[in-house]
Amino acid sequence: MNTISEVMTLKVAPPPLDAARWRKDFPVLRQTVHGKPLVYLDNAATTQKPQAVIDCERQYYETLNANIHRGVHDLSQRATEAYEAARGKVKRFVNAADSREIVFVRGATEAINLVAHSYGRRCIKAGDEIVLTEMEHHSNIVPWQLLCEQTGAELRVVPINDAGELMLDAFDKLMSPRTRLVAVAHVSNALGTINPLARIIETAHAFDAVVLVDGAQAAPHLQLDMQALDCDFYAFSGHKLYGPTGIGVLYGKAKLLDAMPPYQGGGDMISKVTFEKTLYNVLPYKFEAGTPNIAGVIALGAALDYVEQIGLDAIAAHEHDLLDYATDMARELPGMRLIGTAREKTGILAFVIDGMHPHDIGTILDREGVAIRTGHNCAMPVMDHFRIPATARASFALYNTREEIDALFAAIRKAMQMFGVDARRTT
Amino acid sequence: MGDLRDLYQEVIFDHYRKPRNFHALADANRSAEGFNPLCGDRLTLYLDVEDDVITDASFEGTGCAISMASASLMTEHIKGRRVQEAEKLFADFHELVTHEHGTQSSDLGKLEVLGGVREFPARVKCATLAWHTLRAALSRQTEPVSTE
Repeated sequence: MNTISEVMTLKVAPPPLDAARWRKDFPVLRQTVHGKPLVYLDNAATTQKPQAVIDCERQYYETLNANIHRGVHDLSQRATEAYEAARGKVKRFVNAADSREIVFVRGATEAINLVAHSYGRRCIKAGDEIVLTEMEHHSNIVPWQLLCEQTGAELRVVPINDAGELMLDAFDKLMSPRTRLVAVAHVSNALGTINPLARIIETAHAFDAVVLVDGAQAAPHLQLDMQALDCDFYAFSGHKLYGPTGIGVLYGKAKLLDAMPPYQGGGDMISKVTFEKTLYNVLPYKFEAGTPNIAGVIALGAALDYVEQIGLDAIAAHEHDLLDYATDMARELPGMRLIGTAREKTGILAFVIDGMHPHDIGTILDREGVAIRTGHNCAMPVMDHFRIPATARASFALYNTREEIDALFAAIRKAMQMFGVDARRTT
Repeated sequence: MGDLRDLYQEVIFDHYRKPRNFHALADANRSAEGFNPLCGDRLTLYLDVEDDVITDASFEGTGCAISMASASLMTEHIKGRRVQEAEKLFADFHELVTHEHGTQSSDLGKLEVLGGVREFPARVKCATLAWHTLRAALSRQTEPVSTE
């Protein structure tokens, strides 16, 4: 555990030693895979969980388990308090104006679907336009395509350049009085690009369009501030943020959420039901039908506590150090091409190697204990842009170390050797 | 524990780097597309079937060493075979890559080099993509086949 004064020092210059200390909080990292120490570099898919989060979830079931918002008995009261306290933690974490703006859902995907269904059905009509970007993850493409099919609205796609950055001139040209909504990733899962959200949101608002931000890849790495950003909706998942799977958050401006119809009907989202008419509950309960993932919500609160104790600035600085270190090594390795070289990036190193398919790279690395993601990373349009079928992707978290990057590159060299791809060859 | 050398045998590298029958087939009367949405591998298989005999076979596509070598070896192996034999080969091959000892009475020949896949369950779909596509082409299935 870091003391407050240590955390303050870390914010200025994080010594690499601390990652080794943070590692000790993650029991899953203390194992070998195929006889080699596990090097977990698939954090953009999901992060590992610290002991504090695991303990929190276990403790909930051991000491607190009860349904919330309805019981008059003690356990139910305490469970409700813990659940609502977690909502307060999320509100602080994203600096929302009001905890009524925090809706618990299953994950970022459900958050986006909620907006597409509820806001979309109420506010998007035939002839309207929805602006997306070429770097979106499938979760931030498909719900809008479905909405377009249902309403007759049309998609407009902002292209990216070969560094993997949005082409803002093209974005400006795509915007029109018909644009009702802009859906954009804060950080690209396939490229690591950090998008200039403030600029995008300002432009969208000038056209009276609302902005939904897919923050699944940003929340674990960047300080969030909903009020400063002024975005209308922000979606993220707990499991990429050192929390449990099956829990996520939709932030939405209260005035927008208030005007939206419910997404699902059921218990807790109503205030009065007769067969003639149902009165909906107030925010945020209107959007939380049925018994929620109570343990997941409370453990997500524990994950946010954990992250805040270390400090997102310290985490970001550490991951940036790893990215710089890995990028330099990649540039010294001919035959390896980085996909995504934006100036503003989080710790994602996506690459291809001439003469080797990413799947083969993934299998060989796995035998060295190195876990990476291979494939199209649920971002097929990004692969199409770079005219490749897939990438290999190493993605970093707070517990990764420079030694693990060394292990990654040793394994890559071994793979190249096996495939007869000469690491010294110039391309 | 499967060894990487069992998976990546020299024959596989050879067929990956120099895939045989890697072209479109002008007089194909059967074809099908196969796709593995998980990894993005895709291939198109072309067959010429005359009087219930596969007289010619070829493919085009992109994928990993396992999927490309499997497709290359398969096209070599099915030429001149009856459709019914090809169905039997499909079953034998599936057995080879998923079961401990494979099939005893198989007539898979060089395709046996893909037996190492059985120790790498995540790669079974790579090895079988071409074969699922073959079955689709033989049954004149028009929708692309998916390994998902």
